[in-house]
Amino acid sequence: MNRIERTLSELGGKKALITFVTAGDPNLETTGELVLSMLENGADIVEIGVPFSDPVAEGPVIQDASKRALDGGTTLAGIFETVKKIRSKTQAPLLLMLYANSIYGFGAEKFFSLCADSGIDGVIVPDLPFEERGEILPFAKKHGVISISLVAPTSRERIEMIAKEAEGFLYCVSSTGVTGMRSSFSTDFESFFGAIKEYAKIPCAVGFGISGPCQAKEMSKYCDGVIVGSAIVKIVGDEKENSPKAVGEFVKSLRDALDE
Amino acid sequence: MNAVLELEGAYEKYKDDKDFKEELSQLYKNYAGRPSMLYFAEKMTKDLGGAKIYIKREDLNHTGSHKINNVLGQILLAKKMGKKRIIAETGAGQHGVATATACALFGLECEVFMGKTDMERQALNVYRMELLGAKVTGVSSGTATLKDAINEAFRDWASNVENTYYLIGSVMGPHPYPMIVRDFQKIIGEEAKRQHMELEGRLPDCVVACVGGGSNAMGMFYDFIPDKSVRLIGAEAAGKGIDTKLHAATVAGGRKGIFHGMKSLFLQNEEGQIDEVYSISAGLDYPGIGPEHAWLNETKRAEYVSITDEEAVCAFEYLSRTEGIIPAIESAHAVAAAMKIAPKMAKSQSMIINLSGRGDKDVYQIARYRGVNINE
Repeated sequence: MNRIERTLSELGGKKALITFVTAGDPNLETTGELVLSMLENGADIVEIGVPFSDPVAEGPVIQDASKRALDGGTTLAGIFETVKKIRSKTQAPLLLMLYANSIYGFGAEKFFSLCADSGIDGVIVPDLPFEERGEILPFAKKHGVISISLVAPTSRERIEMIAKEAEGFLYCVSSTGVTGMRSSFSTDFESFFGAIKEYAKIPCAVGFGISGPCQAKEMSKYCDGVIVGSAIVKIVGDEKENSPKAVGEFVKSLRDALDE
Repeated sequence: MNAVLELEGAYEKYKDDKDFKEELSQLYKNYAGRPSMLYFAEKMTKDLGGAKIYIKREDLNHTGSHKINNVLGQILLAKKMGKKRIIAETGAGQHGVATATACALFGLECEVFMGKTDMERQALNVYRMELLGAKVTGVSSGTATLKDAINEAFRDWASNVENTYYLIGSVMGPHPYPMIVRDFQKIIGEEAKRQHMELEGRLPDCVVACVGGGSNAMGMFYDFIPDKSVRLIGAEAAGKGIDTKLHAATVAGGRKGIFHGMKSLFLQNEEGQIDEVYSISAGLDYPGIGPEHAWLNETKRAEYVSITDEEAVCAFEYLSRTEGIIPAIESAHAVAAAMKIAPKMAKSQSMIINLSGRGDKDVYQIARYRGVNINE
């Protein structure tokens, strides 16, 4: 059993907290500290964002973080080294969130073999539609890495096909648009998650736009876990090398809200 | 994904629909001014001393470039799909102007995304779009050029997908866009072939077009693909030289990647980060190429050559002086390629240059390139 599946199966009714951080912002050493700080403060799974030159699915917060990381010289090779160091200290599930060309342009076989070596359990590729997953799936499977599928309110009739085949957890995009904090949502969650629950055999987590503990608590009603990204990346952008402490406190507030 | 599936469905439904085709054909004729003429460039032919040179005058279309062909087709499609808001990306501003024009005609809300760098070098087109009632949104991320404008248009589309139609301007992006844009541009090659047959009684030996994303080239090439005797030549932007970092010659310097919803050739580093590219021409300043061009290159059906800024500017000046036609700096890349190839061909042979756009928009920048100050 993959670490993602094991962790989710051992939640025992608790909601999963999945947190995101952009690798290399402000530097990879801090990224390592941030991941451990988030795990110590109640995150169950951590997504490590691989900065990309053209992050089309991101709002301004993660776009800016990606740019800072790339300007600072962050590379995939460096990220894998950082993952190895993190892995030596924790057995929590670690995912990479990245764009298709960071796998395809890097070389899918080499990429997934490095995932397996460094201890990455899964990948999330927002610009690779389900229908095109054949580009990476054979390589991912060979190396025991899970490819997380995404569904959005606009997925409609494709929800069945995607949910049925999803592995690990199903990433449910809260609303149309890019990543980033939202003050409110216009999605009809009852019907969106109704459709998802009908077909999904694995845990479902909701992400995109969750800005704090209250929203996390509210959204967790509909599913098995919540994913928080931009709100964390924003703190990192403000606090830089000192951010692990502030991020830890923020993650703890999310954890407490979910456990209330 | 559902948005592109919905688009594909709508396109399949209307592309062969009699009323749709008739409406588009009327717009081409009465609004865009088609067919565009095939002009025999006699002085240029004599001067270069090789093949007979014909120029396909897409620069004479309404709005001044081939972009209107695709825009009118997609606007009709958007209307059939009931979309009220149109968004587009633009590099040189030609596609943005064409889109703003069609939106004015059809009474649709229009927002054009344009890199801030491009807004500076194509200020005239920015004002044209605003005159036409469009909102021009500057994009300052990345290199603030065409690829960043496309990123922002995708982000907007993802946020407003229910009421918005993304009118992509080149043979790129996710399926079905490369196919749709090609189909609405293929009239260029169809007309050119017919016109050349009427004038010469045979096929041309060679057709030349500039390639950024590749829509005017695809439009010119497509009908000639089965005619194996016709050489298809695409002219890419070599900027300051393909041995420097400052170019946009994707076929010359790129490799396979997945970006902007397509698998094609891209200029990228060893980790798949998309390169920052450069060309004097805002319309060719893109790190990728349409997937069908990548296929034409891989199967060796088409050849792609690289033209530097300097060669393009010389061709810009040459065509202005020799034929009294000021080409767009994008199209000047095709003219430059033709100037290299035509002298090596026999006088009994002929070539067609696709003059994709007119150069009024570029005059200020060319003057600046030559160190001439024409500030008012």
